[in-house]
Amino acid sequence: MTTPVLEIAGISKRFGDNRANDGISMSLARGEVVALLGENGAGKTTLMNILFGHYVPDAGSIRIDGAELPPGMPRAAIRAGVGMVHQHFSLAANLTVLENIMTGTEKLWRLRSGTAAARRKLLGISERFGLKVDADARLGDLSVGEQQRVEILKALYNDARILILDEPTAVLTNIEAEHLFTTLRAMARQGLSLIFISHKLDEVMAAADRIVVLRGGRMVAERRVADTGKAELAELMIGRRVTRPVREPSAPGAVVLEARNVGVRIGGVERLQNVGFSLRAGEVLGIVGVSGNGQAPLARLLSGTLARTSGELLLYGQPVGNLSVADVVEAGIGRIPEDRNGEGAIGEMAIWENAVLERLPAYARGGLVDRKAGMAFAGAIIDQFDVRGGTPASRTRLLSGGNMQKLILGRNLSQRPRILIAAQPARGLDEGAVVAVHARILEARKAGTAVLLISEDLDEVISLADRIQAIVGGRLSPPVAAEQADARRLGLMMAGDWDTGSEARNAV
Amino acid sequence: MRFERREQRSLLLLVGAPLAAIVVALALSGILIAIAGAPVLEAYRRILIGAFGSRLSATETLTRATPLMLTGLAAAVAFRARLWNIGAEGQFYFGALAVAAFGSHLLSGLPGPILIPVLLVIGALAGMVLILIPLWLRLRFSVDEVVTSLLMNFIAVLVVSMLIDGVLKDPLAFGWPQSQSVVDHAMLPKLVPRSRLHIGLGIAVVLAFVVAFIQSRTVFGLQSRAAGLNPQGAVFAGVPLGRTLFKVACLSGGLAGLAGAIEVMGVRGYVTTDLSPGFGYSGIVVAMLANLNPVGVIFTALFTAIMFVGADGMSRSLGIPTYIADVTVALSLLTMVVALFFTQYRVRR
Amino acid sequence: MSTLIDILSSAGLWAAILRIATPLIFGTLGALLSERAGVLNLGIEGVMTFGAMIGWLAVYNGADLWTGVLVAACAGALFGTLHAGLTVTLGLSQHVCGLGVTLFASSFSYYVFRLAVPVAGTPPTITPFQPLDIPVLSALPFLGQAVFTQTAPTYLAIAVALVMAYVIFRTPIGLAVRMAGENPHAAEAQGVNPMKVRYGAVIVGSALMAVGGAFLTLSAFNSFFPTMVQGRGWICIALVVFSSWRPGRALFGALLFAFFDAFQLRLQTVVEGVPYQIFLMTPYILSIAALAIMARRARVPQALMQPYRRGER
Repeated sequence: MTTPVLEIAGISKRFGDNRANDGISMSLARGEVVALLGENGAGKTTLMNILFGHYVPDAGSIRIDGAELPPGMPRAAIRAGVGMVHQHFSLAANLTVLENIMTGTEKLWRLRSGTAAARRKLLGISERFGLKVDADARLGDLSVGEQQRVEILKALYNDARILILDEPTAVLTNIEAEHLFTTLRAMARQGLSLIFISHKLDEVMAAADRIVVLRGGRMVAERRVADTGKAELAELMIGRRVTRPVREPSAPGAVVLEARNVGVRIGGVERLQNVGFSLRAGEVLGIVGVSGNGQAPLARLLSGTLARTSGELLLYGQPVGNLSVADVVEAGIGRIPEDRNGEGAIGEMAIWENAVLERLPAYARGGLVDRKAGMAFAGAIIDQFDVRGGTPASRTRLLSGGNMQKLILGRNLSQRPRILIAAQPARGLDEGAVVAVHARILEARKAGTAVLLISEDLDEVISLADRIQAIVGGRLSPPVAAEQADARRLGLMMAGDWDTGSEARNAV
Repeated sequence: MRFERREQRSLLLLVGAPLAAIVVALALSGILIAIAGAPVLEAYRRILIGAFGSRLSATETLTRATPLMLTGLAAAVAFRARLWNIGAEGQFYFGALAVAAFGSHLLSGLPGPILIPVLLVIGALAGMVLILIPLWLRLRFSVDEVVTSLLMNFIAVLVVSMLIDGVLKDPLAFGWPQSQSVVDHAMLPKLVPRSRLHIGLGIAVVLAFVVAFIQSRTVFGLQSRAAGLNPQGAVFAGVPLGRTLFKVACLSGGLAGLAGAIEVMGVRGYVTTDLSPGFGYSGIVVAMLANLNPVGVIFTALFTAIMFVGADGMSRSLGIPTYIADVTVALSLLTMVVALFFTQYRVRR
Repeated sequence: MSTLIDILSSAGLWAAILRIATPLIFGTLGALLSERAGVLNLGIEGVMTFGAMIGWLAVYNGADLWTGVLVAACAGALFGTLHAGLTVTLGLSQHVCGLGVTLFASSFSYYVFRLAVPVAGTPPTITPFQPLDIPVLSALPFLGQAVFTQTAPTYLAIAVALVMAYVIFRTPIGLAVRMAGENPHAAEAQGVNPMKVRYGAVIVGSALMAVGGAFLTLSAFNSFFPTMVQGRGWICIALVVFSSWRPGRALFGALLFAFFDAFQLRLQTVVEGVPYQIFLMTPYILSIAALAIMARRARVPQALMQPYRRGER
């Protein structure tokens, strides 16, 4: 029995009250592809960060080829042959590909950078693994897929024998993802050992040899891919039979929001082109796509923070000009922003202040803020929407992600909005919070709110939406009915493959 | 060594921070005093005597605190919205200049009770005008307002110098050039007879409470706070960023300009190029020591005034250069930000 | 028009340009290095003041000129350590800490000066750096007087600019500095310690700033008086933006700026009727203009002014 190339034994790590990792042990054999599966908050990224030296564990040890790895030092991990491809790339946009890769690879006090030799080495690796890249391109100018390639090359350049990939397909299209996994399997055949973190069951079943399931900071199961299936994995991941809310059939009402040929140009680049959709009362229209294809400009446009450069918008049947946030809120449009910490709330301000900030005209008289009414409003939201961890006067920053999202939902839904623009509403939330958010959205739909759901999560869109459009490169596909949309079809649409002819005929 | 964010911020820490900062700053200055060969505790005793020992010195301290309160308010208002107005010095001079210009001849016909408020408003407006340049550069060209407002200070002082040499020159003054004086009935009435203390102090204290009210109770206060804490979130919530920053800038520049106006109308009645011994910059320290709290500014301005006035007296008797006051005040800015840090984070091994 | 040509063709103008540029070159390079690593050092005005004072004081007390420069550099390094401790280790606001360091360093320098040199009728002086007599080159017509009879620190400034350009773009340590300023998390992930790099850049940068200040008292003038730095530190900060954080362009920017400054000085003596204050204002107005032109266009180091906290992504 050969020594496993990586042995993790009894790793524990706490952040304050949160036990992110609790006595986790696992191993990795040479040439093996292991998937680390778990929902958000299960501890996968923390474990890998410990392996790579970003964090120091409270207990436990790591052995690479039998030798113990000193904790907390990325340099030691790199030297031992561990390479990490981070979910949020560790790259500098203003530097070139070669400079990004060369950082930290030479002795700091050398008088001259060995650029020519580095370039040769990079080219060699690039050809060996089929990862094409232009060494002198400015990193910020590359596409997301190309940037990920640079991240992988960086690890290989440092002679990584163990490669960790954190949610590698989060930013890739289906086709790019398939390409990536082919490359990974080729690397495994060449002797590399791989761990990739994922919460996508399809992916894990397709790409891994073995699956390690984490839940609540503990390792709960280990399975060979051949011996298990998606249902079992889902149950292991979540710990109980998962019941996400089910969408009841409904009859949608009148068109409340319509876009015709809308275009948005920012800085000379067309971020949205020919965008058209009709949103009806009492339905959920899902806009699905890989991140970076125009979702943010679309959400901003409808939230009142971005002006369109062409096309028409009709609100309740009337054409409107460019809408400001005040216009949007007054028109009865609720907004759930993509970035709840950046846009959705002001962390240092009190919960009541965050509750009233976007609807000040209703909570102010003569330029003075009505604190009493604001606190009452916040109290009502906390009660009705089960926001835990704060009082109306406490600082919003103290809320967990799920509770902050409940607050944001609450301040909008308590006003019974006619339209709800929800961008990535369940991103980064644990399963309990996801269920709560989805339930609220469906509740609003039942009450007649028209919901525009912008999401990267195929499962979420399939379960919540009545009709679905894909967004690719700033354009929207024609809508398809939920009944006719399965993961495969949507995957194709998200990759830009929609047949405008037959789709238009089948469009709903 | 690691830093961990604190969950609760106790009131004890928040009040203790400025006190701790001042004590540490005084201790560090004490080292400098000792190096100069003077007895440290005796030196501090003399500073206190110099600041409060007599009726004259007490009124002097309060007179000195007045412009500091106003420039402190100017900085506090701006910094809260993350508008780094470092140009209070120049805005101060512009306010002083405007008052000298209008109060010496142009409006001198107006009766006192009308002339005084009018001149104060003019002083505030002059300060506002000056701050709008760095603000415009920030909004239009994304230029960091720190450096531009700083550079404006030098330009403003040169403008003052130019006008004092030329149009506003006082032909009767010998020695240092100075502007013409405002007319007698434009001068602020005294609070304490036969001293330099004028009602400007009262105006400053009242304004501190007005600013506190604005910040905590008005829509503008809420929006400007949001804009300073998280501009992205503020924009999403519909806060009109440009307009809000404009109002903050006007308030800040106006307060600084008012400081200059009040200093002229309360104390000497004319403008010289050394009218301000760094009130604008000290105002920044005053604001930070008060953790940007407008009512707190009243007290930290007093502390700063005590240091400056007291050091004058102390230096006469002990021979320590008066600059020790500037050193202490500057150190307390640094110690204060460190103290604030420890109210937010705790140290973990 | 002929006066313009007269001014432009005088070798004295070009010599003055190099002289005026020297403290700006040191200051700008110091600020540039620090900002490339991600730290804005607004302590520059105070550090230059202190460098001017302490260098002069060392020489006044018997040290030779180069030791004076070294003393100033060490003092600058100490202030740099202070600034780095506050902004890198504690992650405090770089604006506020920089202003605090400036206020502290300035007032501290006046305090020390006043203690060491009692008030006198005429300020005491030292013998400053003398213009170097370079064989052959100094004797050239026009160029000789304009360019090749400068004091040693001026040539040092130009050399530092060229060395820094090389180091930043062609050495591993330069790459580490740039990475720390663009994405410190990425730097850390590749085994470079961004905090150590930032400390180093701020300390070396601060030392350079102090040397720039020392030039004022040890070469340009020969005595120290309060407020002699006159905002040059802030002008350097503007020049860093103008130079797009490139040392070569910083050298050019400082020379360009010095050109306008030297030009306006001579113009003052020639043009009648315009108050001298207008001329004195031009450097500051130019700096503001430079900022307005370049602020949007320049590629700012992306992590500039963002404190780096380990583990907090």
